Amino acid sequence: MAPLLQVKDLTVRFDTADGTVQAVSGVSYDLAPGETLAVVGESGSGKSVHVLAMLGLIPKPPGRIAGGQALFEGRDLLAMSERELRSLRGGAIGMIFQDPMSALNPVLSVGYQITESLRTHMKLSKKAAMARAVELLDLVGISEPQRRVVHYPHQFSGGMRQRAMIAIGIACEPRLLIADEPTTALDVTVQAQILDLVRRLRKQLGMAMIWITHDMGVVAGIADTVQVMYGGRVQERGPARQVFRDTRSAYTWGLLQSLPDHDAPPSAGVASARRLVQIPGYPPDMMNPPPGDPFAPRNPFATERCHSEVPPLVQAPGASPGHMVAAWYDLRTARAGAAA
Amino acid sequence: MNAVTPVLEVDELVRHFTTKDFLGREVHRVRAVDGVSFTVAPGETLGLVGESGSGKSTTGRLVLRLDDPTEGRIRFEGQDITHLNAAQLLAVRRKMQVVFQDPFSSLNPRMRVGDAVAEPLKSHRILKTAAERHERVAQLFQRVGLDPRFAERFPHQFSGGQRQRIGIARALAVSPRLIVADEPITALDVSIQAQIVNLFMDLQQELGMAYLFIAHDLAMVRFLCHRVAVMLRGRIVEMATTEQLFAHPRHPYTQALISAMPIPDPDRELARQRIFYEAVTPPREARLAEVEKGHWVLA
Repeated sequence: MAPLLQVKDLTVRFDTADGTVQAVSGVSYDLAPGETLAVVGESGSGKSVHVLAMLGLIPKPPGRIAGGQALFEGRDLLAMSERELRSLRGGAIGMIFQDPMSALNPVLSVGYQITESLRTHMKLSKKAAMARAVELLDLVGISEPQRRVVHYPHQFSGGMRQRAMIAIGIACEPRLLIADEPTTALDVTVQAQILDLVRRLRKQLGMAMIWITHDMGVVAGIADTVQVMYGGRVQERGPARQVFRDTRSAYTWGLLQSLPDHDAPPSAGVASARRLVQIPGYPPDMMNPPPGDPFAPRNPFATERCHSEVPPLVQAPGASPGHMVAAWYDLRTARAGAAA
Repeated sequence: MNAVTPVLEVDELVRHFTTKDFLGREVHRVRAVDGVSFTVAPGETLGLVGESGSGKSTTGRLVLRLDDPTEGRIRFEGQDITHLNAAQLLAVRRKMQVVFQDPFSSLNPRMRVGDAVAEPLKSHRILKTAAERHERVAQLFQRVGLDPRFAERFPHQFSGGQRQRIGIARALAVSPRLIVADEPITALDVSIQAQIVNLFMDLQQELGMAYLFIAHDLAMVRFLCHRVAVMLRGRIVEMATTEQLFAHPRHPYTQALISAMPIPDPDRELARQRIFYEAVTPPREARLAEVEKGHWVLA
């Protein structure tokens, strides 16, 4: 099957008064129709920026696409005019952001904001669009959608606002839905409901998703494919179960190790000497990143080559097909060596 | 109860926010905190969890006397501090410190971070000479895992994790007996959170202060806290030791919260059984009842 999205060697820079931020460096991947890709990373990893750059949503200047292509259904997003991009965003490509309060317009009713994209992209009449908005609110689990559709964002709770954002994101039945930390600001119970909703919608609508997050628990519940980013580069990428079970990047491994053990007896406190496994050091300064593997300075398994030369993203030896890693070290032998 | 005097006792604490019309008549009342009682023992970590708007942060602000309660009582090491004025509070503030979610907003951008850490030492007249303070700041920096030479730098020169270490160093400067930590790891990068949680644990082991740890990350709360209180719409609906709470949650809201914790393992996460609970405001006459020793449930 032809990929829905093909990202090729995408490189993004920000030119500031203090220097150039190397936000994204040589990111490449394919996304199949209907596939859910979770992009994991922390602030400065490039996980959000690379997607925003593809959609033409980074401010230029200081932002700049320094190279690469992003082919959506064969057409390069990076070569499109603002006008062409605008016709894709909210149409074939839906978007949901972290903070619905700032993404929703406070002076327009929720229904109006849903109908806006329906009228622009699907050329529905005002009446038909409003009827569809009610349907969409119902679909995302907002009760009494008839009454709610005329309400304003401030009349919605946080969870309902995020549902409304999702309704806008899926209004035109996008082939790709991009979600940037959409549940981070929500409480766990609401987060769980939103994840259920998105899983159901994905099945109903058959859309592909790029889900940007830093939460490995959320990744575990939603991803077909996981892509772990650090320092503007892809560190590891593969089928979700493989990345969790047969981890090949020291950064992914460090992240998973640093989480509290779900099975260990709770409450460590003072009496016990139990500690979390921590990744030493701090994230890199992307104005002045390390010359080699960006994670090398914090990686206990780093080899000399890791410090001087950027490793390419390649098929991990002995791993499932499509499970890729960018590493000069072999995590399996390094861990075995450390344990011995 | 306990023979030892608790470091903190909060009794039927209430904070209502009211809006009034031009005639001074009340038109709207938000019951942010609505009758909250708990204690924190010396050296203990009490976790305060709940969704945003549950009143957990307001409770923290009331305890710190950054906000005044509508009703109720706050005792610190046995002393009633509910109505102390600013001058009287100064002595209490020496023993009760705070660590905020965003360390950047709590640091003066134009002040060298070493001076920021030394400030409480100066204002509480703990160390009189600049040389003594300088030495203490160097010790504190070392203790929280920062290079003492960093004291000369300004806040913007640090990463989020480093700034949180600075915030902790400043709280530690006066050797407090209680630290109120309001979502201290929420804004940090995942790869840094474990470092800061370990630092909190190490410092408690070494210095023996108590923590009121306000958070919504249940996995971290489960790891770090001795006891946990769960808040819902201004009330504590359940309070127990961490073991009891996570093994045998009694209140439907606690059960829903725990069942919604995401598990970083695809097989288990997808097989997870969730318990649903449509949150309702607890009835005003409801009271916490002890269902087993040390395990309280609102009924």
